[in-house]
Amino acid sequence: MNKEKTNKIKKKLKKSSVGIAGLGGLGSNAAVALARAGIGRLVLVDFDKIEDSNITRQYYFLDQIGKLKTNALQDNIKKINPSVVIDAYCEKLIKGSMETRFKDVDVVIEALDSAETKVAFIEEILTKLPDKPIVAASGVSGYGHSDRISTKNLGKLFLCYDENAKSCDIDVLVAPRVGLMANWEANLALEIILGEDR
Amino acid sequence: MSIEVNTRKVDWVKKETVKELLKRMKYSFPLVVVKINDEIIPRSKFSEVYIPNNSKVSVIHMISGG
Repeated sequence: MNKEKTNKIKKKLKKSSVGIAGLGGLGSNAAVALARAGIGRLVLVDFDKIEDSNITRQYYFLDQIGKLKTNALQDNIKKINPSVVIDAYCEKLIKGSMETRFKDVDVVIEALDSAETKVAFIEEILTKLPDKPIVAASGVSGYGHSDRISTKNLGKLFLCYDENAKSCDIDVLVAPRVGLMANWEANLALEIILGEDR
Repeated sequence: MSIEVNTRKVDWVKKETVKELLKRMKYSFPLVVVKINDEIIPRSKFSEVYIPNNSKVSVIHMISGG
């Protein structure tokens, strides 16, 4: 390992923050990846409780079924990296004020479920917080086809994208591909914070 | 007199709005992020903004799942 680089990254990440909207397959896995990487602060927003069907791909455990995702994820992150400051909000994102919790983070990660909510959230962040980088994902369902995923950069929007994937309403959601996209989002957030790895 | 839509070359139509272009391209999915050259066009402006000649249009659609 490059000690100098490791320390430089550690220092920078410690001072940085990422906000995550939605703590399902994308959000829970992205949050854990960022916590392991050494992010200083995470802002986590979700209103939902853990269901047994979530365990197939989301970063929760069987004994956490029924708990609020915000609480459970905080507990899990603390077991990995207790130094991460976590601001968790158990609430639904309401159209018209979706940007509220994300005003002071360095990067926003969209990790929501329905396409309608994804679009509404991205548009609110882009218009209300125009200087804020936002990472989003589209096309998580299915398995295989890792090579179809690419990053699309549209101004402040960084999109982890597979245009040929099907909607999760008619396809399956399984751990490897959801995890791939989640980590892709976390990796993009790191790149935005640290600058391109040269 | 042409524009590029998602890497496809199509005719430029004078005074065509984003909404009309999406219809012409048969992009029926309702959920899109549209970028003209480097500018993201908010959904509320889809029926106001005209597509300029020679522009590069990206239409990105969001798919459910997370």
